[in-house]
Amino acid sequence: MPTKLVVDCSTGIATEVELTEEEVAQLEADAKASADYQAELLAEQKQIAEAKASAVSKLSALGLTEDEINALIS
Amino acid sequence: MANTYTLIQTIPVTGATATSIEFSSIPQTYTDLIVMVSGRANDSALYASTKITFNSNATGYSGRYMQGDGATSSGQSFAQIVGFDPAATATASIFSNATIYIPSYAGSTNKTYTVDCVSENNASSGGTYQVISAGYWGNTAAITTVTLAMIFGGSYVQYSSASLYGVRSS
Repeated sequence: MPTKLVVDCSTGIATEVELTEEEVAQLEADAKASADYQAELLAEQKQIAEAKASAVSKLSALGLTEDEINALIS
Repeated sequence: MANTYTLIQTIPVTGATATSIEFSSIPQTYTDLIVMVSGRANDSALYASTKITFNSNATGYSGRYMQGDGATSSGQSFAQIVGFDPAATATASIFSNATIYIPSYAGSTNKTYTVDCVSENNASSGGTYQVISAGYWGNTAAITTVTLAMIFGGSYVQYSSASLYGVRSS
């Protein structure tokens, strides 16, 4: 069972306490949120990279040099 | 302007891990609180975001943070965030350094806090971040409990620690 560290500031006594079922459920929800967030972030980064590659390709087809393209997108 | 700083309690993580660090029964005799954190997480990542919770109440928060790694910077709305901690893939034995300032914690108005945090990595491959954050808790209750944990469910590893200070303005 996961634990948390609790110090009672009125007594100075520190204890290692097992998480309640509610806290464990929150921990699991947080972990799932993490996975969802990371997946969303990766998808967003992939979309941006693909859009950038497409833009470079189209600019190149219009006759712009690599230096000119870099000047536009950097 | 702060006149006195008093160490109330320090919590070191002496075991292998702890999912959270909690200060309870906080005395109501100070003007403001400061929480100093030196943390590292066991998440399978370069760094992990950390969060703060007051009085074990998970609702009513909003927040903004800005992060910079020396090359790029960005900002975002994110409730409860109080910085980053180096995590499992960061350089070994490096911990974060964060200061959380909570003014008027014992009053009957809604609460705010500010954070200044650095998550180090000591590597050219990145992973070092400066994080500045501002947060709000829409609750008029006096703060009696402060809990620190990973936002995404990891744990603090051994040798992490947090210290709670009371600040008096006079």
